[in-house]
Amino acid sequence: MTDIIIHCSVALLMPPLLLGVINKTKAAFAGRVGAPYFQPYYDLFKLFRKGTVFSETTTWVFRAGPVITLAATLIAALLVPLGRHAAPLSFSGDMILFAYLFGLSRFFTTIAALDTGSSFEGMGAAREVTFSCLAEPTLFITLITLARMSKSLSLSTILTYPTPANWLAAGASMLLLVGALFITLLAENSRIPFDDPNTHLELTMIHEVMVLDHSGPAFGIILYGAALKLFVLGAVFVNVALPLTTGNPLADWGIFIAAMLGLAVTIGVVESVMARLRMVRIPQLLVGATILSAFAMLLVLR
Amino acid sequence: MTISLDPTAYLLIAAALLALSGVPGLLLNRPLFGQRSAALCAVGASILGECAVIALLGGTPGATWQIDWPLPFGPALFSADLLSTIFLLPLFLVTGCASLYSLAYWPAREKSSAGKLTLFLGLFAAAMVIVVMARNGVLFLMAWEGMALSAYFLLTTDQQDSDVQRVGTVYLLATHTGTMALFALFSLLRGTTGTFAFPLPHTLSQGVPYATAIIVTALIGFGGKAGLMPLHFWLPGAHANAPSHVSAMMSGLMLKMGVYGILRTLSFFDALPVWLGWLILLLGAWSALNGIALATGQRDLKRLLACSSIENIGIIFIGIGLALVGMQTQSPYLVVCGFFGAFIHIINHSLFKSLLFLGSGVLIHGTGTREIDLMGGLARRMPVTSPLFLIGSLAICGLPPLNGFVGELFLYVGAITDGVTAPLPLAALVAPVLALVGGLAVITFVKLYGIVFLGSPRSAAAAHGHEATAMMTGPMVLLAAGCLIAGMAPVLLMRLVAPVVEYYGNVAGDVMVQVTGQVPLVPLTIANCMLIALGLAIGAVYLRRLHRQPALYGSTWGCGYLAPTPRIQYTGTSFSELVVNLLGTLVAPRRQRPGLDCVVLPRPAQFHYEVTETVLNQVLTPVFHWTGLAFSYVRRLQHGQIHVYMLYIFVTLFVLMIWTH
Repeated sequence: MTDIIIHCSVALLMPPLLLGVINKTKAAFAGRVGAPYFQPYYDLFKLFRKGTVFSETTTWVFRAGPVITLAATLIAALLVPLGRHAAPLSFSGDMILFAYLFGLSRFFTTIAALDTGSSFEGMGAAREVTFSCLAEPTLFITLITLARMSKSLSLSTILTYPTPANWLAAGASMLLLVGALFITLLAENSRIPFDDPNTHLELTMIHEVMVLDHSGPAFGIILYGAALKLFVLGAVFVNVALPLTTGNPLADWGIFIAAMLGLAVTIGVVESVMARLRMVRIPQLLVGATILSAFAMLLVLR
Repeated sequence: MTISLDPTAYLLIAAALLALSGVPGLLLNRPLFGQRSAALCAVGASILGECAVIALLGGTPGATWQIDWPLPFGPALFSADLLSTIFLLPLFLVTGCASLYSLAYWPAREKSSAGKLTLFLGLFAAAMVIVVMARNGVLFLMAWEGMALSAYFLLTTDQQDSDVQRVGTVYLLATHTGTMALFALFSLLRGTTGTFAFPLPHTLSQGVPYATAIIVTALIGFGGKAGLMPLHFWLPGAHANAPSHVSAMMSGLMLKMGVYGILRTLSFFDALPVWLGWLILLLGAWSALNGIALATGQRDLKRLLACSSIENIGIIFIGIGLALVGMQTQSPYLVVCGFFGAFIHIINHSLFKSLLFLGSGVLIHGTGTREIDLMGGLARRMPVTSPLFLIGSLAICGLPPLNGFVGELFLYVGAITDGVTAPLPLAALVAPVLALVGGLAVITFVKLYGIVFLGSPRSAAAAHGHEATAMMTGPMVLLAAGCLIAGMAPVLLMRLVAPVVEYYGNVAGDVMVQVTGQVPLVPLTIANCMLIALGLAIGAVYLRRLHRQPALYGSTWGCGYLAPTPRIQYTGTSFSELVVNLLGTLVAPRRQRPGLDCVVLPRPAQFHYEVTETVLNQVLTPVFHWTGLAFSYVRRLQHGQIHVYMLYIFVTLFVLMIWTH
């Protein structure tokens, strides 16, 4: 019961902090002080108190988009195990639902973008669905590989399977999986090198351009949903990449939170040292990630 | 058992009712009355048929009806087993919906062709009922031809249109080539068993003469009807040009008859060759991937839906292929999950594809065009159709909480379990393929829904679009409710299909319980309920917030540009351009770029862009062109003088008589 409460509160409260840490890291690299760690929370509170401007073109789909996206991401957050503890909602085959919930949220984010009739948002929506579609096989090959190692179809077992001993036993394929998952994580969350969250040119954006017309609370819901998605996929990555476990539940939670913050720092470093890829290169990198995960599967089958 | 309880009798009465439903309208010369009475007959037949189907699924065995006819092919045998019911269940539902829909979509008051359409619609449905009930090869072929020909007359309702004529001819050629393979199939079967009556299930051993030939002809003949790649080329055109409720029946029901044919033929054998499962799996995966890739690039609303039918047929065949592979490798997981996935997807696809085709009928009715790029902003003008179409789109993408997810869930569980347990899990590779197909489906249907219903109208036709009457939206509500209920309570679907899987897959009861226990159906219901509850809760908070501080309205952000027009919007073609270019080899996009020849200023130029049909345009059309030239001298035999034609027939018969003596 305690674990469920901790799971829910960490999943609900921590996501914006990741954004704060990423931004602070980037500021440090750029030699700036940067916004406070809790700036994303202040932004969210501000947005929730603000008024809304709707485009006259939009319909109920535009209002429903952020809401359903957030609801689907929240359910996904209940499916993924955090800090070496089983997820509150865990059953055999939940990995399939997990992947498809992101499909559902993508569907609603993109149709909400098309609802505005803006060509920029159409552009962003087209990119989002195309690139996510290419990232999908990677996620499934990774999950099948891990499922084969752990002999289970449930995320809670699959993702708590990597222990230091198991990790070293399947070192090469685990490394490949970590690489593939990291690329997928960056692509799915529209981070550099796929998309620049801070860009200011609509023509080159992916995620940000889809939400140009959202304002006030709806935009807050979207920002929070995006942070939550980063948190959920980040938790999947951390579970695979950092198989540390102490046996003490509270210490495991501490390790998990520290690992998530470490991941945020890593993303911040990647964003600071890399430039954004040209749009035509993105599919190549995504297919490359799929092949990495396929290599990992091959090594496990061997 | 008395006649009154026999499901077979009910089904035969329903078929007769359907077949005769158009006759009063034809004889009485009162088109309106004819159409209404036909719809009444069809609805009655549907209710009767569904009762019989429920009785069959509940365990009442269907009797075999034998009618001795004077033809020398053995008695006509009719029966209905559990395999038939899985096809009859959606058949009656969609037929009832389509005939009600036609009252408003093709009203006899305005369209003179309504009488013909009504007559053939009834015949079409009745022929399909007989196809799944026939237990004699010749009877089956008669029903099959009845179905194929009435479909031809239905799709060429609009005879004046040259496009319709062209696709009608392609369809007729394709279906008759398929029928030719079926003639071979049933002749071979008779050569093996000595009778035209279907052999009992599992009575033919793999070693009988012609076993391979029987299976291959069945794959060609039935696969072509199902739209399996590479025999799919007739499908997009035919489905796009038929009246929408006919498209719904063709896509939702007729394609499944091909699936039925293959399943029925395979059931004759007690063991199947190893390569068959893999072949079907590969063809299924190819159809799914290539079908949805073709769909993504389409500009024609109904062509897009038709191409996505190829995808869904592919998913059904993936399920069948998994099950057959499982039979070879003694893997009960693959058998049970594969058949569950295939059968559930057969029912689901009939629901959501019919819903989408009926929805496309409303769109065509309201705007007068099928071009996606000319629509837009219709969600405001069609407040009922828009959410129904959204439900269909979500369902066809296989997204929770709708029914499309359930069938795919079974396939995923089967494939991934294989990945966990099998020594060499090749079948597990189905999972990433399905994931890619799912991703492409999201692109396709986001494009379809987003461009058609959202944004601002891209043409005057779309700006003046209007909602349809309740007679058209009513059947769609029924189908959408089916999608939602089946998606929220997948256990219902599982229970419905379980006897069929047990019967067809020859699976022991305890294995069924063990495998279905691994598929998270109850947790899925819980997760779906939580999803909807969370959505409603967040929505309620958001709406209250909007109520407290009402929103302001402005125009869409245009980067500071002050004179935006609807033509600035992204179109469907531009939306899918990115992915179509990535999939260039699968869909062969053809562009005609404007040449920029200018003296001082560039002259007006044209740009043309379309996704082409590789098999039809690059293989079949040239082949037919050259064969046409080669055979041109045969055309001299065909000059329109009937007495000479009669002479041909006489000479043929005479020669055959001499030959047999």
